[in-house]
Amino acid sequence: MSARAAAALRVPSRASSLRFRWFVVEAGWWVLSVGIVIGIWEITAALGLINTIILPPPHKFVAEIRDQSQFLMPQPGVTAIPLHFAVFTAIGASLRRVLIGLLLGSLAAVLTGSLAFYLRIFRNLTFPTITMLAPIAPAAWIPLAILAFGMGDGAAIFVVFVGIYFTLTLATLNNMHNVDQLYVNTARVLGASRRQIMWHVIFPAILPNLFVVIRMNFFAAWMGVLAAEMVGVRSGLGAVVVMGRQMMNMNLTFLGMAIIGLVGYLLDVGLGLLQKRMLWWRSAARV
Amino acid sequence: MGEIVCTNVTKVWGVGTAREVAALENVSFSVRHGEFVVVIGPSGCGKSTLLMLLSGLEMPTGGTITYNGKPITGPDADRSLIFQQPSLFPWRSTIDNVAFGLQLRGVPRKERRQQAEKFLRQVGLREFANKHPHELSGGMQQRAAIARALCLGADVLLMDEPFAALDVQTRFHMQSFLLDIWQGSGKTVVFVTHHIDEAVYLADRVVIFTARPGRLLDSVDIDMPRPRNIISPDFERYRALFVDRLRSEVTRAFQEQELAEMLDTRIK
Repeated sequence: MSARAAAALRVPSRASSLRFRWFVVEAGWWVLSVGIVIGIWEITAALGLINTIILPPPHKFVAEIRDQSQFLMPQPGVTAIPLHFAVFTAIGASLRRVLIGLLLGSLAAVLTGSLAFYLRIFRNLTFPTITMLAPIAPAAWIPLAILAFGMGDGAAIFVVFVGIYFTLTLATLNNMHNVDQLYVNTARVLGASRRQIMWHVIFPAILPNLFVVIRMNFFAAWMGVLAAEMVGVRSGLGAVVVMGRQMMNMNLTFLGMAIIGLVGYLLDVGLGLLQKRMLWWRSAARV
Repeated sequence: MGEIVCTNVTKVWGVGTAREVAALENVSFSVRHGEFVVVIGPSGCGKSTLLMLLSGLEMPTGGTITYNGKPITGPDADRSLIFQQPSLFPWRSTIDNVAFGLQLRGVPRKERRQQAEKFLRQVGLREFANKHPHELSGGMQQRAAIARALCLGADVLLMDEPFAALDVQTRFHMQSFLLDIWQGSGKTVVFVTHHIDEAVYLADRVVIFTARPGRLLDSVDIDMPRPRNIISPDFERYRALFVDRLRSEVTRAFQEQELAEMLDTRIK
């Protein structure tokens, strides 16, 4: 009897308990997947089958995170504070560059795209060039960026900027042309001016697609920053990885790689959540 | 006031291109203030084109259209067009959709929401004010679209097969609902459909168009008291009349199309 009462009480929370179970199962597969790789790595290292100087097993490079902290400072090796998890400043440097670059690139792209949408002559003048520049990989801009902006934030931000700007400009114009004419006509019938149509119809209508483009280009931008940090800009996570190799400190290199993977993944999850929250009508309507 | 007069109206799409199509040819008719006119005709007869012209979204290539004595030069919130497809903005809640026209006019948020709520109540959607379009059924979305037009104080409702996408029960319900709103409101309605029952049930007057290019074939007053019984002999008489008139038109349209296709393949 009491068991049945308890079961009855549990009914309302069934949806959330189902979701919890789904989460546990999903997390289980994650742990298993990563665990197998780490396990093979650790076992082969313990058996002496691989060179642990080149491929230090995870327990080793993770355990050394404190000793490595001095290299993860914004100016590596200059200001070492013992036991201070300065790794966050290296992450911060890379993150700041990506986010500023993404923001500037997106704003500029939407602006250019909108101008091209309204001014035919502007479009005809700029779009052939933009179409030609769009396929150039962000990393290919690094030499130019370093020459133009020096070895600092400027170069890294520029790499992210070009990584997002050209593609997103093309996507903006394309999506603006593809906005359902029904929405535009509805607004016109209700007395909307051109500016009002732009603001109240075109922008909200293309926002979900732009967000997808930004998210897809985010990884390219993230890699662009890291590459810039590896070859020229002397700080951030990319610089940490390269420094590890130069000093034959592979513990540091692998630590840097692990952090890059984790941070990149978390950023994508964050963007995904933001997308869901800002553009929930879209995902809900698609189900 | 809501009087519309069309004189010798012609509309050709894509003038000067290879795909030039005459949608309307020499159409003259008028709609009196407060009248409920239903336009029927075979598909592709330019019914939708006519509403585009009446709303001011498109300009005729020949002839003139006047509204209350003045030529139509562009869209006007006084004449609201309601589309066949649900046209609510998916990113706005129902109430914000209904209030959209007032927002465009710069009415403050609180005031326009009050107004919108009044009309949502009239169309029976008050509890759905804060839902979003994808949470509403097709019939509810069309009611919200009607509320949006009413909220701006439109004198003329131009309706382009607004209930065509709905199932039979919902459609019937919406027809009665539309009549309830229209009766005693003094609003003018121009309603396009290819559904004969719908035309006889709703109209003061039914206007029949020919197949492409659309020309005025006939105009028939429906002399029946409302609410109309769709299984009465009178209703049957009107139905038979329109079926007969339309059948010959549809046959002609088909023959022309087949002929055109035959010629097309010959040339190739």
